[in-house]
Amino acid sequence: MDHLIWESYRTIAPAGTVDLGYRLADMLKDKSLLHVNSTRWGGGVAEMLHRIVPLLQNLGINTRWDVIEGTPAFYQVTKSFHNALQGNQQDISEEMYNAYLKVNRFNGRKMDLNADMVVIHDPQPAPLIYKRKKGSVWLWRCHIDASRPQRKVWNFLRDFVSDYDGAIFSLPDFAQKLTIPQHLIYPSIDPLSDKNRDLSEEEINRVLEKYQIPRNKPIICQVSRFDRFKDPLGVIQAYQMVKKYNDCCLVLAGGGAADDPEGAQVLAEVKAAAGNDPDVIILDLPPDSNVEINAFQRASTVILQKSLKEGFGLTVAEAMWKAKPVIGGFVGGITVQIVYGQTGYTVNSVEGAAYRIRYLLNNPEAARRIGENAREYTRRNFLVTRHIIDYLSLMVCYLKKR
Amino acid sequence: MKEFEFTDCVEIRELTGRRADDEAGLLELIEEAPDDAIYYHTHSYFLRHFYISGPYPNDFANWAAIQVRDKVLGEKLSAITPSPQNSIDDIRNALVEVIDKHLSTIKTVPAIAYGQPFHLMISKIIEVPTHLRASNLQEFCDQLKIVDASAVYNHIFEARFRVKKGRSDFAIWFEEVLGRKDLADQVEQIDAYMFSLEGLRSKILSLCDKSL
Repeated sequence: MDHLIWESYRTIAPAGTVDLGYRLADMLKDKSLLHVNSTRWGGGVAEMLHRIVPLLQNLGINTRWDVIEGTPAFYQVTKSFHNALQGNQQDISEEMYNAYLKVNRFNGRKMDLNADMVVIHDPQPAPLIYKRKKGSVWLWRCHIDASRPQRKVWNFLRDFVSDYDGAIFSLPDFAQKLTIPQHLIYPSIDPLSDKNRDLSEEEINRVLEKYQIPRNKPIICQVSRFDRFKDPLGVIQAYQMVKKYNDCCLVLAGGGAADDPEGAQVLAEVKAAAGNDPDVIILDLPPDSNVEINAFQRASTVILQKSLKEGFGLTVAEAMWKAKPVIGGFVGGITVQIVYGQTGYTVNSVEGAAYRIRYLLNNPEAARRIGENAREYTRRNFLVTRHIIDYLSLMVCYLKKR
Repeated sequence: MKEFEFTDCVEIRELTGRRADDEAGLLELIEEAPDDAIYYHTHSYFLRHFYISGPYPNDFANWAAIQVRDKVLGEKLSAITPSPQNSIDDIRNALVEVIDKHLSTIKTVPAIAYGQPFHLMISKIIEVPTHLRASNLQEFCDQLKIVDASAVYNHIFEARFRVKKGRSDFAIWFEEVLGRKDLADQVEQIDAYMFSLEGLRSKILSLCDKSL
């Protein structure tokens, strides 16, 4: 695990945040925290825990991170759970439910689940609640967009979730009818990670040269999977409308097309829509292209996230942190991150996106002001430092009253 | 002399799972909401928008104007500015009266067509001592300059409404410990809802500077 130092964030986080972290940690000197999820590598939850756990340890909180072991059948079931909670119809048999419970019983027997506070991430390890010991606090952290879950699967899961002391969701829309307290904690980005750290001009130029992206005209960029909900075809249409008035190029940087049949199909449609325009650069990148994405975002004049459906959309926070004006779809977490006209623009149509791109390309002073606001807004609300403060606050709230 | 102790605060947000899709639903939510929810949606806003003031100074007004796209109700709700003498129930009654009157003047209840629903939330505030103290006005200014903005929120809004002191901690200390009723009154007369927390900090510092 990375060795991260809380003090390193002093000049990055809002004034007072680092000291606030020390003082909260001081209130929790003798307390322990355990995070449990289903994978050490890959996916947003593991990526986040790789930053949060070492920072909590560095603050002196006795923090551990453990991962459950599953069988292929188990992961098949939990993938179906994931899809069902996101509202996709799934057929889950009794046998599949049993396989899920069996793996959790196995893990419950062999894991050390002793801690003052235990945070269980997502549905995979949710049944471990049966191992809770008297006096410890267990919270269920749901990272999934569960705003419209398939009812049967949610009812099954709710029996476990209801036994927790509290639940944590990423957006108000994801909250459920539960008898336990439901907390709101936004996800976060790490300003010191490869995807977000400062890059030198040389590093940026090297990446842009490698991918043959022109530097003699403004770059409009969208970073996202090749997925219909990210509306890459709408982005190309908006670019084509802008191109009649302003010379610019479009970078669509995504991934996932290699191992996702639908992604490959969307990528093919995107390439067809772009035609032979040399100013449209479509990149299917491997998952570890963090520095590349960082460079694309930093070199861009305007960033798009024209999603039609979105969970939280951390690419928006990434771009805002780089002081870029972002135009996002008026959906999900994007509406939380973008304060219209202040930290970016939310739009509801291709025409709206095109108009705002033109406005920002032709009003560099407004683009600069919005970008600066966006960076400050992100500094305060969407950095890992705020995430750490949220966890410490929850610990104080639950553990100090006992 | 009793020293002034600066205390930061952190907010833990709690979702109630209750939501409104139209203005009649919002009215119902407000009528039945716990006091902490009314307070959260009319005050915690300050803690979430340190640098950027939203178009209106409470969540109800912003939801009506932005999500429902009913700027008339948004503007009317924005005009509800609690005074330190108001209770949470006074604020609730004012909100209900405005929405009820608005709905009685229109034929169709405005609803979200493309916007997000209103989610009723509450919050818990945890006080975190800064160990920064002041025993005179100069020390007070020196410390106020460096504390986290959440301390400004805690000593003004939490003191007035949630802890129900009716006045800010600053004003109470100026008058009762320093004997500066004039300064206490000036601080209480600041139209706090027109500032961000940083703006409020500057305004109070400027009043103190003039009094030194």
